[in-house]
Amino acid sequence: MTEGVATPGAGWRRADGPPSQRRQKRRRRGGGRPGGEVAMVEEAEFTSYYGRPIIKPPVWKTPDVPLYLFLGGAAGSSAVLGAIADLSGRPGLTRAARYVAGGGSIASVGFLIHDLGRPERFLHMLRVIKVTSPLSVGTYILSPFSAAAGATAAVELLGWFPRLKRFGGIVSGLFGGPMATYTAVLLANTAVPSWHAFHTRLPFVFGGSAMAAGGGLCMALAPLAESEPARKMAIIGAGIELAAVRGVENDESVVSEPYHIGRAGTFMRAAKACTATGLGLAVLGGRTRVGAVASGVLLAAGSLLTRFGVFDAGMASARDPKYTVVPQRERMAAREAGVHSVTR
Amino acid sequence: MTSISSASPAFTGRDPDNRLFGPLPDVQGEAGYDDDHPARVGFFTDTSVCIGCKACEVACKEWNLLPMDDSHGARDVIGLSGMSYDNTGQLGANSWRHVAFIEQSRTVDLPMPAVGLPGATRQDSGPSAANATGDSLAHAQQSSVLNAEALSEFDPQTGQTGADKQIRWLMSSDVCKHCTHAGCLDVCPTGALFRTEFGTVVVQGDICNGCGYCVPSCPYGVINQRKDDGRVFKCTLCYDRLTDGLQPACATACPTQSIQFGNLDELQARADARLATLKEQGVETARLYGRDENDGVGGNGAFFLLLDEPEVYGLPPDPIVTTRDLPAMWRAAAAGAAMIVGVALSAVLGSRRPR
Repeated sequence: MTEGVATPGAGWRRADGPPSQRRQKRRRRGGGRPGGEVAMVEEAEFTSYYGRPIIKPPVWKTPDVPLYLFLGGAAGSSAVLGAIADLSGRPGLTRAARYVAGGGSIASVGFLIHDLGRPERFLHMLRVIKVTSPLSVGTYILSPFSAAAGATAAVELLGWFPRLKRFGGIVSGLFGGPMATYTAVLLANTAVPSWHAFHTRLPFVFGGSAMAAGGGLCMALAPLAESEPARKMAIIGAGIELAAVRGVENDESVVSEPYHIGRAGTFMRAAKACTATGLGLAVLGGRTRVGAVASGVLLAAGSLLTRFGVFDAGMASARDPKYTVVPQRERMAAREAGVHSVTR
Repeated sequence: MTSISSASPAFTGRDPDNRLFGPLPDVQGEAGYDDDHPARVGFFTDTSVCIGCKACEVACKEWNLLPMDDSHGARDVIGLSGMSYDNTGQLGANSWRHVAFIEQSRTVDLPMPAVGLPGATRQDSGPSAANATGDSLAHAQQSSVLNAEALSEFDPQTGQTGADKQIRWLMSSDVCKHCTHAGCLDVCPTGALFRTEFGTVVVQGDICNGCGYCVPSCPYGVINQRKDDGRVFKCTLCYDRLTDGLQPACATACPTQSIQFGNLDELQARADARLATLKEQGVETARLYGRDENDGVGGNGAFFLLLDEPEVYGLPPDPIVTTRDLPAMWRAAAAGAAMIVGVALSAVLGSRRPR
């Protein structure tokens, strides 16, 4: 097999246990072979130190961080929708979008601070600005966004300062898009295999998911006469979410595996069911009150479950040395093969 | 002296000075220190002479006043992990040195005993040996003690197939690598992690707010959060001792010079010479780990001489600093944000005007 590449050199094996862990046979997904033929691939062996994880799993708490991802996404896309709806003269949709954006952003700040090991030091985030740290960049997205969105929702509730309200809505709309997608960079910019490997895809998973949730919630809350833009955004967002998640799940690499198995797999399957059902319901019955509320809630639930699934898949991939060692070995082997083919 | 504009390569993707990835001859200069900064220091951990005494672990704990260890592994009531003599388990917030123990065996084809040796005779003429008198049986057993094949019946460490097995122990004192491109340092949002004038990476305890972002960003799984404290901790390469002209505690305590402290370029030369010596002596599996400044983290400040593949010791075989790919991530996130604005805009414009 891959002797010498993925196994210890010179025949040395651990004396007190299994020599190395043989990965289970895995069905290669998305092969697209006709006639339902499934290719079974014999997996390479890999070695570990007593099965210990190599990287440290994130210390982020659940449900704090998945909820933060969900609320930030829903609030961000709602703020964008609200600002545009305001400019196009839809007061009912604008109001609903501002409540979702304001409530979501304030709650997400709460969850983020609660997740800190030293919550009383949350202002230390504002000491520096570092573009190499997605959390630092995110702080400078979240702070103005939540301030603007929260204030806009508050004056909307109180009915004060209409011109300030429009300004606040536009500011939150400007920060809404980055707010919804920077969280994907937050996860991907780690050594966690199942997050980092999809670093160009996760922003679209999160962006689509954010639009499904934000559009869904706005559709459920806005008056029926004005909810059409929200419904359209929710439908397009749900479609993008389903497509982008498919791209992450069906990758040939072993790091796609955590998205299928265990708790993360359950979350992802439930998310897909909710989002697909919500999508269908929004298309067919989104013009009725009941249909709008039901599909909006389903799409939001799908988005929430997607965040939990992605979070859990990353945690699972960090806890198993397989997902760290095998892709790195494959990378080394590919590099070696590339070098040889060049020199030949 | 290069000017220190904030790390713009993360946004632009253009990185001619290798500020995100690649070899970096002057890490302190890149971090903003003047040209008269001290030389970059580090550890060369030569695991081929490590005896597994754990003096480094103890010295580190004593000097840095670290609480009891926090390895979250499965252990029994008296605190034993079952992982050979390793009851520390892993590097963490309270274990800044960790000695790994790996017991290995390999099959070696010893020359088969020639005809006439007592062991061979005994095995070949099994039935007749059973009929032998007590005297000759005792004689056969006594002489067979010296025979490798006969030993295999009594020694659980040797095989049963006629081939013999060799046993060896790998012991290695792991530590923070003080990477040239440190993931933990790159992602820290508070500036609590910083590059010292010695080129090492240190956490400022009074700044850290326990966001935990550095923990999964370390490709080696070194830094961790102290649960009851909330902040993160890792090896400082004894920053306090360095500023007073002392060596780090672990290197001082090491009785076999397995842990060598010094200027990084001197250590690298010493390691290259040591590797050449070992290769000359026929240690075919010896290799340097973290020595190559063209690797995924730009080389390590603390590097190792290993006798087996890195993952055997719990080290990643091909670590890459996560921020190498950050420009691509920011581009994807910007595209995603633009997508949201575009979808929202077209959703509004494509809808009927409300009555």
